[in-house]
Amino acid sequence: MSTQVKSLFDPAITRRAAWESITKLDPRVQVKNPVMFLVAVGAVLSTFTFFRDLASGAFSTFNLQITLWLWFTVLFANFAEAIAEGRGKAQADSLRKTRTGTMARRLTNYPSSTEHRVIATELKRGDVVICESGDVIPGDGEVIKGIASVNESAITGESAPVIREAGGDRSAVTGGTQVISDQIFVRITAEQGDSFLDRMIALVEGAKRQKTPNEIALSIVLAALSIVFLLAVVTLKGFAAYSETASGLTTSLLSVPVLVALLVCLIPTTIGGLLSAIGISGMDRLIQRNVLATSGRAVEAAGDVDVLLLDKTGTITLGNRMASAFIPAGGIDPKRLAEAAQLSSLADETPEGRSIVVLAKENFGIRGHDDSEHNAALHQATFIPFTAQTRMSGVDVGGRSIRKGAADMIEKYVDSYSAAFPPDTKRAVEDIAKTGGTPLVVAEVVANKATVLGVIQLKDVVKGGIKERFAELRKAGIRTVMITGDNPLTAAAIAAEAGVDDYIAEATPETKLKRIRDEQAAGHLVAMVGDGTNDAPALAQADVGVAMNSGTQAAREAGNMVDLDSNPTKLLDVVHIGKQLLMTRGALTTFSIANDVAKYFAIIPAIFATLYMTNGEGALSALNVMQLATPESAILSAIIFNALIIVALIPLALRGVAYQPLPASTLLWRNFLIYGVGGVAIPFVGIKLIDILVVALHLV
Amino acid sequence: MQPLEFLQIALYFGLLIAITPLLGGFMATVFCGQKTWLTPVLKPLEGLIYKLSGVNDYEEMSWKEYAFALLTFNALGFLAVFVLMLAQGALPLNPQSTGGTSGYLAFNTAVSFMTNTNWQAYSGEAALSYLTQMLGLGVQNFVSAATGIAVMIALTRGIARKHAASIGNFWVDLTRTTLYILLPLSLLLAILLVSQGVVQSFGSYVSATTLEGRSQVIPLGPAASQIAIKQLGTNGGGFFGVNSAHPFENPTPFSNFLQVLAILLIPSALTYTYGKMVGSVRQGWTIFAAMLAVLLVVLAVSLWSETSYNTVLQTSVQMEGKEQRFGVANSVLWGMTTTVASNGSVNAMHDSFSPLAGGMAMLNMMLGEVIFGGVGAGMYGMLMFIIITVFIAGLMVGRTPEYLGKKIEAFEVQMAMITILAPSTVILIGTMIAVLIPQGLSSLNNQGAHGFSEILYAFTSAAGNNGSAFAGLTVDTPFYNIAIGIGMLVGRFGVILPTLAIAGSLVGKKYTPPSLGTFPTDKPLFAVLLIAVILIVGALTFFPALSLGPIVEHLLMNAGKTF
Repeated sequence: MSTQVKSLFDPAITRRAAWESITKLDPRVQVKNPVMFLVAVGAVLSTFTFFRDLASGAFSTFNLQITLWLWFTVLFANFAEAIAEGRGKAQADSLRKTRTGTMARRLTNYPSSTEHRVIATELKRGDVVICESGDVIPGDGEVIKGIASVNESAITGESAPVIREAGGDRSAVTGGTQVISDQIFVRITAEQGDSFLDRMIALVEGAKRQKTPNEIALSIVLAALSIVFLLAVVTLKGFAAYSETASGLTTSLLSVPVLVALLVCLIPTTIGGLLSAIGISGMDRLIQRNVLATSGRAVEAAGDVDVLLLDKTGTITLGNRMASAFIPAGGIDPKRLAEAAQLSSLADETPEGRSIVVLAKENFGIRGHDDSEHNAALHQATFIPFTAQTRMSGVDVGGRSIRKGAADMIEKYVDSYSAAFPPDTKRAVEDIAKTGGTPLVVAEVVANKATVLGVIQLKDVVKGGIKERFAELRKAGIRTVMITGDNPLTAAAIAAEAGVDDYIAEATPETKLKRIRDEQAAGHLVAMVGDGTNDAPALAQADVGVAMNSGTQAAREAGNMVDLDSNPTKLLDVVHIGKQLLMTRGALTTFSIANDVAKYFAIIPAIFATLYMTNGEGALSALNVMQLATPESAILSAIIFNALIIVALIPLALRGVAYQPLPASTLLWRNFLIYGVGGVAIPFVGIKLIDILVVALHLV
Repeated sequence: MQPLEFLQIALYFGLLIAITPLLGGFMATVFCGQKTWLTPVLKPLEGLIYKLSGVNDYEEMSWKEYAFALLTFNALGFLAVFVLMLAQGALPLNPQSTGGTSGYLAFNTAVSFMTNTNWQAYSGEAALSYLTQMLGLGVQNFVSAATGIAVMIALTRGIARKHAASIGNFWVDLTRTTLYILLPLSLLLAILLVSQGVVQSFGSYVSATTLEGRSQVIPLGPAASQIAIKQLGTNGGGFFGVNSAHPFENPTPFSNFLQVLAILLIPSALTYTYGKMVGSVRQGWTIFAAMLAVLLVVLAVSLWSETSYNTVLQTSVQMEGKEQRFGVANSVLWGMTTTVASNGSVNAMHDSFSPLAGGMAMLNMMLGEVIFGGVGAGMYGMLMFIIITVFIAGLMVGRTPEYLGKKIEAFEVQMAMITILAPSTVILIGTMIAVLIPQGLSSLNNQGAHGFSEILYAFTSAAGNNGSAFAGLTVDTPFYNIAIGIGMLVGRFGVILPTLAIAGSLVGKKYTPPSLGTFPTDKPLFAVLLIAVILIVGALTFFPALSLGPIVEHLLMNAGKTF
């Protein structure tokens, strides 16, 4: 999604957000956030009081300022939400651009194929369209015929074209991407307005954002705290009435604006005002990493994941196995083995096959293509492709049959010619398997006489730095499980080398699914990455299923996230963002509540400054530990601090608090000190500074 | 303070810590239905009770069934006391021919003893017959305590059981608590108290002529048996009006030591029982440590305030309202333990404590009676705070919060917040009404900030089911009898019902095994966080109220002004 990370306060977004913070004053919008709704109601009450006093000829600059700051508090919270939404919208707009004006070549009655040009938005699910080089694919769909290279940079930002073909695991195409060669027939799988892009746009914009379970629970805590403080403030009016009589005062100490100011300072406005911004920006951060989630719930679940199922290939190891040695059977010339291996691999276009050719060239200087005699022979060669049943491949050329494949299959093969499988080769096979390599045995049949020539050692190359990454995850309490089709010995060796906690060898779709179910039954939350159709059941079963964008439509539908870069290690980023999301909410809640201590010490002595007077000052003035100048300046400073802290924390809400994979108790200590203890201390300093400023500017 | 007084306090806490695992372990055995050394004696009796009452002791209950049984049983208990009080004039065991009480007082008292509050708007020796004391109040002292413990055990099962549907059987929990724990302990304590001179008699009151030649009536009664359970079951309702300050209720320093130990005995042992039942005694000890830390702090503040030089009285030994035989340290120790635990018995008048010590007593109750708290009630109340703490801490480490492997979700958070909101509402709204209407104000014997403290204390005591009184307030009036009565009901069942709902919700959840990403709840850090949450919630809710009561009173006293 060619997304540049925008600066936090992009001018255009900020301008739009400033306007939206006013339009969001609509009560129907406000009522969705109980804490801020309470502030808005308080602001209305305070405004009403101010004008009522004005009508009776009393003008109070103090009440006016309180009222204004109450409104600012509401506006700042609206602004925070609007900024987060704005950043999302900016991304959504760039997504949307890829779609406008696309024309589609719809085929009616496929496969009899009459072509009509229609606007992309008119396409229905099940329609078949044809796309040739230069065409923009008009909607999400599945390739049903043909093969083409597709430029997906519009959504992935990756300029190298990718291959999309009918059947197999690379059949899904996304609307908005462009075909750059060949021709494909695409069956549209998503109704317009319900395609991936549409769903993602809706999510980023915050329009369809539903509250996640943790957000709901937190909202309950915040609402309950608001009720507690509402009770405390309302009853204080009664307590004060008693105390005023008792100390001989005839006027009420608590005006409506002062009571509202106290209430607004106490209720958790900081987290209340930033809550939705935190949620929206979490999605936003995910998209910046080119991962699209189908729901906020999935992102949150990612933070809880404690078991990661990772495919070995591409995630833990570098793509494919590479040939690393030729080990001849007893009495066989190494060069003979290399030559046979090379010959059998010439037509093998798999990476393994190519690596054998390369190794033969490097070690023995065997070059296939400039040997004309050789080439002539090759023209009559019959290549035997690898199949799942035979688990062998090879070549029949000039009366020789060369086969390479799994040891047990080659053993059967030579056995059918009544030849023995040499024990030293058997040992070599076992040795290779034990060290995590894959043995490929090469045999040759000439005139019905079979000979085992030796073994090719294929080795997996573990990605650099992956071991450290897993160690970090372990510290954060996340267990990694490697999935591989290898035999248990090979799997164990790679698992040890890569530092994963566990592995599933000889994995089939069923074993993957079973493993996920077992982990879940034991109470774990499981994430997995997959791309193939055979991964779909496991992706659907996992709590967090990340499908590769290059994968099949089935896989993409089954998962709850799609990685546009098709990079399996991205799962680690997703976990990171999920945790950050929860931590930001927790930290700001703690901070918000901790702030109340200082606000009490500012406001309580101020409002009761003339209660129970002794020696010229109220008895409770002793609680004015900050030495705030006057009662008015104290109350005003507290409410100004309360409003400004929302703005000050917008960057934190948008970026999220820093997360490092550390044990929970270490993290807790750190955040408790910063946001808890810091949350108690900071407002003492802040309110005092504002008080000095308020007095210096003669605001009261 | 004298070195000997420090030694007594050290001895007190040393003994408490030593007994906690012994008694706690025993109780865990009882609640798991395992054999104890009392089983051979009591099992036949237990079986007989089930047989007579038609209880199938193998039948388990869902939380709703459990709550229904509990409410039905408590309603019957309420009715029994209510009727006894109204009709006691016509019933036997009434040597002083005490007449029936007013309906308001009967309502208030019946609620009070059913809810384990033991708020006393009457004076026992003047208003109640022996039959009412024994059959009504004595019985409720046992079963209201057993009810609290039963709820805590049910919640514990909810946490400990994995993916189950039931949380135990209320009748069995009630019977076992009474039979295996409360009765044997009470018997032991009663005998010890009688040895110190606490009266236990069915005789009528004795008339004596004093040295000044005036005649004095000396009340008697079956006191020792009732005092034992009032201390052990965090009931607190004295046999005599002045409670354990009375020489027949608490005659010697040794009886005083026993009684003050009995206040915290079961609440503190239950932390161990809890740890044992959830499979990790460290969990229990962590909770115990958090409770002990708060108690030690409030005790230190109160002792400091009570022993520092008082500019008004011009002394640093303030004996007003205290008994000579106990002195300052023992009076303050009792005052703090009885208010942290929702016991409410007193051996000194809290009204006469220095403003700060009185304020601490109030704060203890405002914290939700979770620092040891009522038997069972303190522990389940504490678990509600634990849920809130775990929730906030869980968010701070980036995990959906879980406690002992159970996910804490919106429902648990909602119920836990209700248990915190319900008593707070009673205290704040009740006090506000009382200070604004003549029916509330006319009962005051003191004015100004101290009068405010008296009313605030009364509603705080009701909401926390504590039952201690600041005194100085005439509470046997229709307004206070009804208002405090409602307060006690909300403070009790407004907590019990959400607690059982949580038990029901947690018991059905699957167990998530802990990982490094789960923060441990059996470490000092968790105890610190828990204390922080309790103090912040308590302090923030009640700071304005306290500032107009004890805080301003303290500041005024320093400026030389009293009420």
